[in-house]
Amino acid sequence: MYKATVIIKRRPSILDPQGKAVEKGAQLLGFNNVSGTRIGKYIEFFVNSEDENAAADEVKKYSEKLLANPIMEDFEYSLEKV
Amino acid sequence: MKPKFGVVVFPGSNCDHDAYYATKKVLDYDAEFLWHKEPDLKGSDVIILPGGFSYGDYLRSGAIARFSPVVEEVINFAEKGGVVIGICNGFQILLEAGLLPGAMRHNESLKFICKDSYLKVENKNTIFSSEIVKDVIRVPVAHGEGNYFTDEKTLSELENNSQVLFRYASPEGEVAPEFNINGSLNNIAGIVNKNGNVLGMMPHPERCVDPILRNNDGAAVFQSIVKSLVN
Repeated sequence: MYKATVIIKRRPSILDPQGKAVEKGAQLLGFNNVSGTRIGKYIEFFVNSEDENAAADEVKKYSEKLLANPIMEDFEYSLEKV
Repeated sequence: MKPKFGVVVFPGSNCDHDAYYATKKVLDYDAEFLWHKEPDLKGSDVIILPGGFSYGDYLRSGAIARFSPVVEEVINFAEKGGVVIGICNGFQILLEAGLLPGAMRHNESLKFICKDSYLKVENKNTIFSSEIVKDVIRVPVAHGEGNYFTDEKTLSELENNSQVLFRYASPEGEVAPEFNINGSLNNIAGIVNKNGNVLGMMPHPERCVDPILRNNDGAAVFQSIVKSLVN
């Protein structure tokens, strides 16, 4: 079995109003060195497979088909044998 | 025979009864609710994907509803030329299902916008707009994620094929950045697919059909559809 971790990010070209709003909060709190705040998603799950390549394939398909929206998001993943 | 509107009901839909009321009670067409778990369109002539927060908008708006058994049927129906209208969350589901191009971002202001919007009717040559007489219609919006986005190539295709049906505008019909309520590319409020049988729009035409509300600008959208079916 593998534990998969998927991180979903908006493409850099796409504005992230949520990140912008959070950064305004950071400035109000005095975090003056903070810039470029962007908000994404962190998703973890298990893949019931003994083969790392097969597990990776499943994670990619799951991410492409459901977890990420390929029109405006990119994803990266990692696998850990458990 | 009366044309039949099938109104899909997801867990979290909240404009399904408005759509039913508008088509059946006010406009006197036939209408029936379609539960999302049943892959059966019950002989509907037109499918309405109503507004709301299907599956709590988890992951992304429309992302999970898109895999409902009934939506698989709606996709088949649309691919065969069936008429489908997605309103608000219904529009988001059509985007996730790939029946319309693009995606929705959070409104630029990050605020949920609930007010009347003025829409410039850009193309009256579609089955959704042939009966709209006015050049600008007043239709309420209620959404947090209606900020339309697509890549440049798709955007120019939409424009060149006159697939943009409605744009956010001033009451006089001026399309300018200051009338773009949510940040959508090119002030887009509603688009049709290339074949012209699928419409997605963020504003709610079903909420302005009954004349007792003193605004029935939305009625012409449904009347256009019915006219196309009768012909």
